[in-house]
Amino acid sequence: MKVEKMTMPIYMDYSSTTPVDPRVAEKMIPFITEDFGNPASRSHPYGWTAEKAVETARKEVAKLVNADPREIVWTSGATESNNLAIKGAGNFYSTKGKHIVTLATEHKAVIDAVREMERLGFTTTFLQPEPDGLVDIEKFKAALRPDTVLASVMMVNNEIGVIQDITAIGNICREQNIIFHVDAAQATGKVEIDLEKLPVDLMSFSAHKTYGPKGIGALYVRRKPRIRIEAQIHGGGQERGMRSGTLATHQIVGMGEAFRIAREEMGEENARIKQMQHRLYEGLTEIDETYVNGDLEKRVPHNLNISFNYVEGESLVMAIKGIAVSSGSACTSASLEPSYVLRSLGRSDEMAHSSIRFSIGRFTKEEDIDYTIQLLKDKIGRLRELSPLWEMFQDGVDIDKVEWAAH
Amino acid sequence: MIYLDNNATTAIHPEVLKEMMPFFTEQHGNPTSNHRFGRRAHTAIEEAREKVAYAVNAHPSQIVFTASGTESNNTIINGIADGYSDSIFAYSAIEHPCISKPVEALKKRGFSAIEVPVDQNGLVNMESLNDGLSDKPTFISVMMANNETGVIQNMSEVVHWAKKNKAIVHTDAVQALGKINVDFEALNVDALTISSHKIYGPQGVAALVVNNKIDVVPFIKGGGQEKGLRSGTENLAGIIGFGKACERAAGNAVIFREKIKPLQAHLEKHLASMGAVVFGDQTERLPNTSFFAFPRLDGVTLLTALDKKGFAIASGSACSSNSNEPSHVLLAMGIDKDLAQGAIRVSMGVDVTMEQIKEFIVVLKSEVERLKQLAAMAA
Repeated sequence: MKVEKMTMPIYMDYSSTTPVDPRVAEKMIPFITEDFGNPASRSHPYGWTAEKAVETARKEVAKLVNADPREIVWTSGATESNNLAIKGAGNFYSTKGKHIVTLATEHKAVIDAVREMERLGFTTTFLQPEPDGLVDIEKFKAALRPDTVLASVMMVNNEIGVIQDITAIGNICREQNIIFHVDAAQATGKVEIDLEKLPVDLMSFSAHKTYGPKGIGALYVRRKPRIRIEAQIHGGGQERGMRSGTLATHQIVGMGEAFRIAREEMGEENARIKQMQHRLYEGLTEIDETYVNGDLEKRVPHNLNISFNYVEGESLVMAIKGIAVSSGSACTSASLEPSYVLRSLGRSDEMAHSSIRFSIGRFTKEEDIDYTIQLLKDKIGRLRELSPLWEMFQDGVDIDKVEWAAH
Repeated sequence: MIYLDNNATTAIHPEVLKEMMPFFTEQHGNPTSNHRFGRRAHTAIEEAREKVAYAVNAHPSQIVFTASGTESNNTIINGIADGYSDSIFAYSAIEHPCISKPVEALKKRGFSAIEVPVDQNGLVNMESLNDGLSDKPTFISVMMANNETGVIQNMSEVVHWAKKNKAIVHTDAVQALGKINVDFEALNVDALTISSHKIYGPQGVAALVVNNKIDVVPFIKGGGQEKGLRSGTENLAGIIGFGKACERAAGNAVIFREKIKPLQAHLEKHLASMGAVVFGDQTERLPNTSFFAFPRLDGVTLLTALDKKGFAIASGSACSSNSNEPSHVLLAMGIDKDLAQGAIRVSMGVDVTMEQIKEFIVVLKSEVERLKQLAAMAA
């Protein structure tokens, strides 16, 4: 292990997943060892202890987002939450209408769940955001129809980190009696979420993006006014029938602790991360022909997504192996398709390909930032030396107007 | 406290925990990420997949990780419904609700379903599917071993019927794995469900084993993990723990057969002498499970009394322990409702000792006597 550790790159991929905070791990362990009961067991203390821990964690999760614990439904992660919200609410309210509005830049889990609804006879609108990644409220309004039953808009984008105006969008949905779902997997601990004030009906959460374990998440389901969903996983009737399956006690305890830490520390932590984001931004934009993807202000401090023009994407990724970053979202990075999110913002294939998502977090150090800046400066300099396009650009040739010979 | 509720959940094995720990405490990436953190996580998952496959004699490519046995069962049922629009679903009357409930939900979408009855021993009556049915099932699910009674089905008969009638066949082997031999290939089923927390692994992870001859449409959609069959960032530590627990499954089955089965026989000999009825005892059962009732003695009262004396047992399935309804498994076996109401379940773990069982018998005897006297006084 030791040797491997020494060669590990610097982790700059917090939006993909975060390490489990040691305090979270510590809290989880007793629930994998001695207090191992099934929270549904009602006839002995093993079950009662597990159930109590589950309910304490539910309160912690609710507290971070100022909700009632009874509004929190455990799931296996944000993907399941998104599926449950969209299929569950869409099907339950389908008599009210069969049109769903969402963004072209949503996470795959939302996009694919909405596509699934098309198969069940719904029509859908995938709204293109503005070039800064933000939704134009008027365009959103215009996309709504009398038969629109559900809208799903993510709070923080996973690739570019922009924060949508959930209040404004939610208010429009309220006015028109449309169920409003928000994927907040990338938002918890990064932006303040107050569900008492926010006009949101359903909200998806994940533990492993906020220093909790993988394989656990939650769906917020509003009680006042009461929102109903059709269960997707049926069985023992756990989670008041909305989601069956034995609850993973230690995972839930971990999510509760992770969200408690987030609530208590996010103010100070985000200020610190914001400074590092600024440092990274200042350093990287000293490189010529760099373009930040997404609005810089309405953005979480953890994310910086930059396209490096005149550099070939794959060679860039290969060249910066000293840091662990994503080019496009991790869930689709197995494919060589340019990021659909960046394409939606109007970036060319080339610019999307040469984009890097730097995502920093709780354990990022200032020297990591400085190392990253230096690494990028060196490698991009080297790659551009080899690039004929860069040479042409330097010579003042407008590359977009060049007519290439077929080959 | 002596824990005799291992069919509800099991205590994680220390070796399993040890294997999982680095995945909580050290930096590990998202298995889908291309950098070294991600690749390391991905490799660990693939190693675990091989261990799980080996434990049930399947190919690693046939293993789909999910979050629970419940999800696995929902996945196969919905996946078949979406893959074959003319499906007719059959399931035994003693299935866990995570089989019957999703089928119920499909009825609302226009699918038809057949509940297959069981005999007084809890064995599924395949003959009933041959008589007078205008439409034969195209999918059948029969659990390998029942969670409440421990009754082991004659799977070859079920599979024989299914193959003859060209039906897709699934078995819920959640309670069977680690207690008896579970062999995906030999069973010749199309799909099979197993779960980690019943075999000394962590809660929150399970698998659906499925052959590639059937067309299962994905249930949870998104990032396309598990070859598109189950999206969502993988439960990394959970999967690692499940893999390790699977490595121990075969050894545990030997312990159950050689060491625990005699304890079960000892317990049941005493139960008989106390006048208890042991359900399903005329047929082959799991070596760790005894589901029994004393006539005219309330199950919940007895459970509470035993709990106070330091024994953790259950009145049947943990999922239904909220309700006071008698067990649907016992009712399906034709057991009288009053007797069924008194049912309690002892499910032993691999490490239970003869001393503990003897202690349990002593306490049970005295509590049953005491409660009988109380009941007589009240009458």
